[in-house]
Amino acid sequence: MQFKHQHAAHCESGVMSSMCTNHGLVLSEAMVFGLSNALSFVYLPFVKIGGMPLVAYRSMPKSIIKGLQKNIGMKMKVEKFSNPEQGGKRLDELLAQGKIVGAQTSVFWLPYFPEEMRFHFNAHNLMIVDKTNDTYTISDPVFEHLVESDSKSLLKARFVKGVMAPKGALYYPTFVPESIDYQKVLPKCIKKTAKTMLKTPVPIAGLKGMHTLARHIRRLEKKDEHSNKLFLGNIIRMQEEIGTGGAGFRFIYASFLQESGELINNQDLIKASQMMTATGDAWREFALLIAKSIRSKNKKAIDYQAIAEKLESVADLEKKVYTFLLQAF
Amino acid sequence: MMEINDVPQDAISTYAENKKAVYATDKNGQYAVVSSSGWDVEEEVTKQALTELQRQADLAYQAVVSGSKSPLYYHMYAQRMDVTVLAQSMGMFKWRVKRHLQPDTFKSLSAGMFARYSDALGLDVEQLKKLPELKY
Repeated sequence: MQFKHQHAAHCESGVMSSMCTNHGLVLSEAMVFGLSNALSFVYLPFVKIGGMPLVAYRSMPKSIIKGLQKNIGMKMKVEKFSNPEQGGKRLDELLAQGKIVGAQTSVFWLPYFPEEMRFHFNAHNLMIVDKTNDTYTISDPVFEHLVESDSKSLLKARFVKGVMAPKGALYYPTFVPESIDYQKVLPKCIKKTAKTMLKTPVPIAGLKGMHTLARHIRRLEKKDEHSNKLFLGNIIRMQEEIGTGGAGFRFIYASFLQESGELINNQDLIKASQMMTATGDAWREFALLIAKSIRSKNKKAIDYQAIAEKLESVADLEKKVYTFLLQAF
Repeated sequence: MMEINDVPQDAISTYAENKKAVYATDKNGQYAVVSSSGWDVEEEVTKQALTELQRQADLAYQAVVSGSKSPLYYHMYAQRMDVTVLAQSMGMFKWRVKRHLQPDTFKSLSAGMFARYSDALGLDVEQLKKLPELKY
């Protein structure tokens, strides 16, 4: 078997990078991320996950798979199933045809995930590359090496019900272009991301979303400290823990901008990459500030104003990058 | 700048000896993917989430022992769910799951309903009907 496992920061961009590369179109994870307009910021105070409001530094699950198809003209086939039996049989058929098969799964039921990383998240992407007896060989991009699962556990992970239920979803490319017209595609994608971040009118997305979150952090002062600490900790979990490559995907995007600048020979993109790295650094300072204040050993009152101000300063830094990017072409 | 040499390698407990891929720059500012054994900050927030789940499971255990809730209440939290997630996994309204959290209603559930809960929670029916021995 020719398949080469790649270690990636994020499951969905990792899977798509691996699939394209294994089908002859070499695309880094950062390129996939940038070309699918995945960079974002969303704060949904009214959507609760495990009691915590949704905070995301990237676009919706599945949008990388969809966005990449749209922007580079590749085609994917997605199959869903009404019952696990069919879904298991179809997977084996596809593997017998020699396909590398993408699958949507729930993290909680995958046996190779250590206890510490198991949460109920139903949109985790991985690739199944082989089956021997009852054991599947899996290329899970967020793990360093190939991993394994027995068929029963994998089936369970593919057929959980609930929010973003995978319904056994399997996917594989049916058409992968030989090359990409970067001169045309890159400016379009980069401008779109910059515009979305700067100009989304609703106060829950883009820079406005960051300012809304900062305002809500200021208001925490009057509330109970235990739940405030969970609220703040959740922001940082989404930024650092959930497969982001560091600093809520800002470093991946900086890597994308650098690669883009080299590909189409645009010095402004190289400069924008450095600016984006600086925002990544600022996001990490924000994370550190929160981690220090929620530590159980910390007996001092939490300085909500300072945390909110830091977030606003990060938003201002990001604003400069996107404004600069809009003028880069 | 996050340079490769500055990428945290704090060997954090919540990675359980795994490594994650992060993006960092080399001496010339060139981006690369680097394996990291974790950052203390991430450990702090992951542990906070895990501790909160444990706290909820402990409280639930006490509530079952005291007879105010059915064993389902404990198993739900022990499997890192809440009423919302369990109801979704069962394909049921929340109010029905809430009824099943009451000891008397729970006892009178049909075998079929026990089988569904057993499947949703990944536990044997026998395990589901009682509390485990406390391991902590």
